[in-house]
Amino acid sequence: MKRSVTATIIMLAASLALSVSMACAETIKIGAILAMTGPASFLGAPEARTIEMLAEELNAKGGIGGNKIELVIKDSGGNPEKAISFAKQLIEEEKVFAIIGPSTSGETLKIKQICEDGKTILLSCAAAEQIVNPVAKYVFKTPQKDSQVVHAIFETMKANKISKVAVLASNTGFGQAGKGQIEKQAPESGIQVLATEVYDSKATDLSAIVAKLAANKEIQAVINWSIEPAQAIVLKNARQAGWNVPIYQSHGFGNIKYVEAAGVAAEGVIFPAGRLLIADKLADKHPQKAVLVKYTKDYETKFKEEASTFGGHAYDAFKILCRAIEQAGANKEKVRDAIENMKGFVGTAGVFNFSPTDHNGLGQDSVTMLTVKGGNFIEYKK
Amino acid sequence: MTLELFSQYLLAGITYGIIYAIVGIGFNIIYNTTGIINFAQGEFVMLGGMIAISMHQWLPLPLAIVAAVLLVMLIGALVEILFIRWLDRPSVLRMIIITIGISILVREAALHIWGEGVRSLPYFVGNEITTVRILGARVSPQVLWVIGVCTVMVLALSLFFKYTLQGKKMQACAANRVAATLCGISTKNMVTLSFMLSAGIGALAGCVMSPITYTQYDIGTGLAIKGFTVAILGGLGSSMAAVAAGLLLGLIESFSVSVVPLAFQDAISISLLLAILFLRPHGLFGNKDAADLKEF
Amino acid sequence: MKRHLPLGLLVLAIIGVQLLTRATDTAFYLTPLTMTAYYSLVIVGLCLLMGYAGQISLGHAGFFAIGGYLSAMLTTKNLVPFKDNSLISLCDELGLLVHGQDMFGSAFTHVQPWAACVCAVLVTIVVAYAIGIPVLKLKGHYLAMATLGFGIIVYRLALAFPLFGEADGISDVPGFPILPGLAVSGDFSSRVSNYYLAWGMVALAVWLLVNLIHSRVGRALKAIHGAEGAANATGINTSRYKLNTFVLSAVLASIAGIFLTHYNGGIGPSEAGIMKSVRYVAIVAIGGMANLWGALTMGALLNIMSLRGMFGSYDDAVFGAILIVIMLFAPQGLLGISLPAAFKRILRRGE
Repeated sequence: MKRSVTATIIMLAASLALSVSMACAETIKIGAILAMTGPASFLGAPEARTIEMLAEELNAKGGIGGNKIELVIKDSGGNPEKAISFAKQLIEEEKVFAIIGPSTSGETLKIKQICEDGKTILLSCAAAEQIVNPVAKYVFKTPQKDSQVVHAIFETMKANKISKVAVLASNTGFGQAGKGQIEKQAPESGIQVLATEVYDSKATDLSAIVAKLAANKEIQAVINWSIEPAQAIVLKNARQAGWNVPIYQSHGFGNIKYVEAAGVAAEGVIFPAGRLLIADKLADKHPQKAVLVKYTKDYETKFKEEASTFGGHAYDAFKILCRAIEQAGANKEKVRDAIENMKGFVGTAGVFNFSPTDHNGLGQDSVTMLTVKGGNFIEYKK
Repeated sequence: MTLELFSQYLLAGITYGIIYAIVGIGFNIIYNTTGIINFAQGEFVMLGGMIAISMHQWLPLPLAIVAAVLLVMLIGALVEILFIRWLDRPSVLRMIIITIGISILVREAALHIWGEGVRSLPYFVGNEITTVRILGARVSPQVLWVIGVCTVMVLALSLFFKYTLQGKKMQACAANRVAATLCGISTKNMVTLSFMLSAGIGALAGCVMSPITYTQYDIGTGLAIKGFTVAILGGLGSSMAAVAAGLLLGLIESFSVSVVPLAFQDAISISLLLAILFLRPHGLFGNKDAADLKEF
Repeated sequence: MKRHLPLGLLVLAIIGVQLLTRATDTAFYLTPLTMTAYYSLVIVGLCLLMGYAGQISLGHAGFFAIGGYLSAMLTTKNLVPFKDNSLISLCDELGLLVHGQDMFGSAFTHVQPWAACVCAVLVTIVVAYAIGIPVLKLKGHYLAMATLGFGIIVYRLALAFPLFGEADGISDVPGFPILPGLAVSGDFSSRVSNYYLAWGMVALAVWLLVNLIHSRVGRALKAIHGAEGAANATGINTSRYKLNTFVLSAVLASIAGIFLTHYNGGIGPSEAGIMKSVRYVAIVAIGGMANLWGALTMGALLNIMSLRGMFGSYDDAVFGAILIVIMLFAPQGLLGISLPAAFKRILRRGE
């Protein structure tokens, strides 16, 4: 009798130990909905590559707390209805721990409520303010706020005594959001918007509209707000027409390919962006330098192309999530709380300080003014 | 409007217009010999640019362009042989769907071969900011290349159709396929030739416009739509009319910027397409009776 | 009786699939299944138009978008700033408006989903007649391009106006209450009821269409498809039949758009795009142009696979390949293939 009781206790203890150790060997499933193909692929493709690279690196080191990361990436092609279907699939079927992405604001806004209802953490790589305003418990975003980017542009313009501008925006969500912020902030910054034009993201030649704007001699500068390749066409057409006013762009210019595309026409363009693009030129003691240099080097070595700020947003999302899991263990609620209270996280876009009212975490200092010289990005100094 | 502004609009319009005209002519050539509207026409333009850019890594620019044009002509022939040749009197619906399918496949293949990025050939003369002054307007010398090369292509084509044996054979096929066969013309080969020709001019246009407009895997669809708008506007089947219609569309789009917000520019060409289809389907320069007689 | 056998099978299949998902605890499949049901509404309407009336439409996604966008816009646009407008007060008195609070807590008034739905369908009917009359006079390539042009204009309009959310589309579309306790919405809790609602609508639509096809109207359509001139000669008013079929298929697409938008909670311009229209045509083609059941089955299969991401980055390529392969080898659709004939076709040379 005693022996069988002992045996049972030993067996129970053994199975308990076994199940605990098996629990330790569980993988953490992280979902991602990214626009790897389609019209937003210049966002989604680097983002997907980045998180695959990071997951591989992490798993090679044994994962987080012994748990490996399993990435489930879905290609939404930039289509909101696919994003919705994948979001539900990832939450209900794959039961992912968190979702990284989507790449565009349109998709993110469609799945915001789904993730909130499904109590799944969403770390969006899209820029729209409405993603975190109003704040939803489980929804965060990693790109900088458009309002801060616009503010940086206007501050620089004021310092350069510019007060009359023309605005060109692409017809995508990014472009329209920027245009909205510009129109909102212009009056209080003392900037007058003399003309606003929206161009198609697939435009191939904008010389007609450039000519029309150039004919207005009162325009002192141009703000070209777009994240697509077409922004380089504006630059070329403007300079070819001999229109030499300063051109300010958005953080959507954060890809050296756009500079290559515009060639000599990109010289002197001024734009606010995260410091990823000038990683090498940062002072060694700059808090972001180590992170930025490592990411850019790893990305360039592995994928044979220059790192862009777009991939950086996915980097930040992934790393923030991992840091939170390290701190709080693999419990969704605790990880959510950990993210919400994370302070001083050094990412590619800036230093993140989250709070219950700020699910973006980036401040005005996350953007710095850059310019193009000799085909490279350098810091802009007045 | 100052002379400078007017000239700027004029040159922009001619540049867009001649590119659309080339795509429209490509449609017409194939339509004439086969009665098919090739929705994949725009993809030939895209392929021309993409292949030239890849070739340029190993060959000097002029050779790269020649190589690209030849390769795309080969692809055009392949498309015809694989998908079109052995169809037995296909219905219009079937052909439309097949060519749409081909255009999708080519586009997706380009996406997976070359990636989603944007590329371009280097400017033939100068760089991104060199300009020349014409009629008070300042444009890139590449614009002159586009206009020049496309004009030469149009002239060469008309000479080809009028004076060479092959050209005349193709015209015979267009006029009456059965009669042409009876005369001993191999209509099957004429069809392949027409695809090759269309592909070739599309590719050359793609190369020459690449520095200005960039080449990306999905530029084909938009160009195809503008192209057949132009072909219909002029009257399906007539290449000269396509040139006139192309220039007209280009100028309308360009000058529209002065009165209508830029955001509506694309809606203009579509509205024009619908207007022509509803009011005068045989095109501005087409003949109604001839159009009615043509087989669809 | 025999003609209702497939319908009976459909109903059984619908119920069977749901019970299966419950038994295997795979209830998450109901989401893509429900979305597929709404896309199937578009497809059966298009099948009627293309297969039975013989008119190609490369812009049907446009009607889907008209329904979806109008319904979304009316149910999300805050009318509080306009409450002094006479039209708005009239609507209020008629009980067409809903008063509540928006996500920031301030007053929010929008149109009742029922009223928005009726409005969207009415607009669709008007647009379909307006477009249909000139478009259906065209033939062949011209018809195809006119419908393509229509689809593109709807896409451009959706993209151009802040009213329609421009590139981001419209989000936070509320659920559509059908009966007390039953609403079309994406809530996790109402998954099963939404599934039955959606497929119920499909079954209803199919029943209506099957009856139509076997009635005098259907015979007239077949006659028109076969030989329009002859049909005209026998006194059938061909243009009226074609037009009415066009409008009917447009209305079906529009209703699908309305309900899917409420189910998804939003709509984006991609629903009006060319690729969507091509996809619908591809599915009708693969099912067999005039085969309602073929289109339904193939559509369900392909849409579910696509919505679950099974095609990965090759999604569009798959539909393109399907188009080509079916049109080359099986123009009568997948279910109409006879292998010997297909082989003969490949091996045959000659004019």
